[in-house]
Amino acid sequence: MLKIQNLSLFYSQRQILHDIDLEVRSGEVLALIGPNGAGKSSLIRAVSGIVPVRAGRITFNGHDFLRQSATQRARSIAVVPQATSLPAAFTVLETVLLGRTPYLNFLGQASSADEQIARSSLERVDALHLSDRYVGEISGGEQQRILLARALAQQTPMLLLDEPTTHLDIQHQSALLNLITAQAHECNLAVLMVVHDLNLAALYADRVALLEHGRMRAVGTPADILNEKTLKPIYGVDLNIVQHPDYLIPLIFPERRVVA
Amino acid sequence: MRRAPYLSSFIILLLALLLSIAIGSVFIPLDEMWNVLRGAGDETFASIIWKIRLPRTVLVALTGAALGISGTSYQGLFRNPLADPYLIGVASGAGLGAVIAMSIQWPYSFWGLMAVPLTAFITALLTVSVVYAIARIGHTVPTTNLILAGVAISSFAASLTSFLMLRSTNEVRRALGWLLGGSIQGGWTPILAILPFLIIGVTVLLFNGHALNLLQFGDDQAQQLGLNVTRRRALILTAASLITATAVSFSGIIGFIGLIVPHLMRLWSGADYRRLLPLSLLGGASALLISDVIARVALAPQEIPVGIVTALAGAPFFLWVLRRSKNQGYW
Repeated sequence: MLKIQNLSLFYSQRQILHDIDLEVRSGEVLALIGPNGAGKSSLIRAVSGIVPVRAGRITFNGHDFLRQSATQRARSIAVVPQATSLPAAFTVLETVLLGRTPYLNFLGQASSADEQIARSSLERVDALHLSDRYVGEISGGEQQRILLARALAQQTPMLLLDEPTTHLDIQHQSALLNLITAQAHECNLAVLMVVHDLNLAALYADRVALLEHGRMRAVGTPADILNEKTLKPIYGVDLNIVQHPDYLIPLIFPERRVVA
Repeated sequence: MRRAPYLSSFIILLLALLLSIAIGSVFIPLDEMWNVLRGAGDETFASIIWKIRLPRTVLVALTGAALGISGTSYQGLFRNPLADPYLIGVASGAGLGAVIAMSIQWPYSFWGLMAVPLTAFITALLTVSVVYAIARIGHTVPTTNLILAGVAISSFAASLTSFLMLRSTNEVRRALGWLLGGSIQGGWTPILAILPFLIIGVTVLLFNGHALNLLQFGDDQAQQLGLNVTRRRALILTAASLITATAVSFSGIIGFIGLIVPHLMRLWSGADYRRLLPLSLLGGASALLISDVIARVALAPQEIPVGIVTALAGAPFFLWVLRRSKNQGYW
């Protein structure tokens, strides 16, 4: 379980995150939502240890996360970034094998066991057939799945995802998110996922956290958070919210204003 | 070549080595060479080989290897196909040091002979340190800053060098010769001088192939996968700069080897730095050996500075590589 307490983050003099408290439990998918510029990506960057934190604590299963070495952190948390400008000249398998880095010796030699883990990760994201293709040759959706496979190969108890579905079509969006939720529930992973699309958050998240201007405004189930009363003051736009006919979740549409 | 890159590279290197020992003002055929190396050869040939050809061959091979692996490391560190080992000031710093040493007329004692290389080595490393210090922001050293600082400091050092050359006109020709890359002579002493630095630097780099692979994904992803990015980049940069400074301090500024050899090896064996690094050692040595042979024979008995040969051959070659690299799956 990831526990963030009183987290404050600065970029030079500008305060990006104010006193953030958040818990992500094992086996749940927590969607982090909020307007542009709220600090969602910054929170991911702070948790994954790549920006220094001004104040606060991050503990993972009780261990002080920020004091650990990069290798130790990489064994606890794996990040799935957006699939932009990946090196084109590596093969898919080579890319996924890099996920085994925290477990390799200082020469970086991967054993056959490591290769097996990489292949089974590729299989879980339905990309095993792409193993020997160059990353530069495959589609954006396939690249995003490769990055998920790489994170899964890291075999960490927690996943962080930064808008994993941005460049994906509807088929790949649902495939990826179904996979992530299945992994979370079956393998008891803690998953923190930044999403823009409120409906995806409603469909796939167990809980939702609403961030605005660097402050945590609300945390709860999709039904608790995704309603007009909570969302309108944050997003500043009129929303139509209806109940999905089959699932007990809200569907959210902005008001369509016809300009006369 | 894709199937057996190591084997092919070794064979090419062997041929280049033999060529370099055989060719010169006196042509030494293969069987005579074998006799001398066995200890039973003609005295004249033996003298030529042991005192002139072999030390020169070894120095050229070591220099080429150093430039090759250094170029590969720089391209990996900066994630830029145009990066070469002189990017952050080693060449301009060394040039300045060399010209300073030449302007001060040392007496021809031991220090006289070592003065130029030693000064060049020191000023090269000083220059890189200055560039690094300027580029640093807090705990990180952004790549862009390094490049910008490198360009600025290099221009500064180069203009100082030109100024000094204009002022001590008797030494201009000698300075030019050194700056163009040449005057590779001096028996076995230079080799003994550079060997310790090369061994240390090359060993460090060879152990960082995996790190360089990770760095191709950007500092963020590399860090998230478990690499201590700031420390590793500093380590690789230091080792590569040390090797480059060592190489240029005796051989002058030889261009294009550090730029072209990585691309060649990448074309032949892919982008994995664990393979690229050792292969660029072999490729760099071969490339410079062949260039040096051409430099010796093209206008015999006069020797062209080898830096001119590498540039003349390197430029069209580089354009060819550029055209090919428009295909994907290469960089």
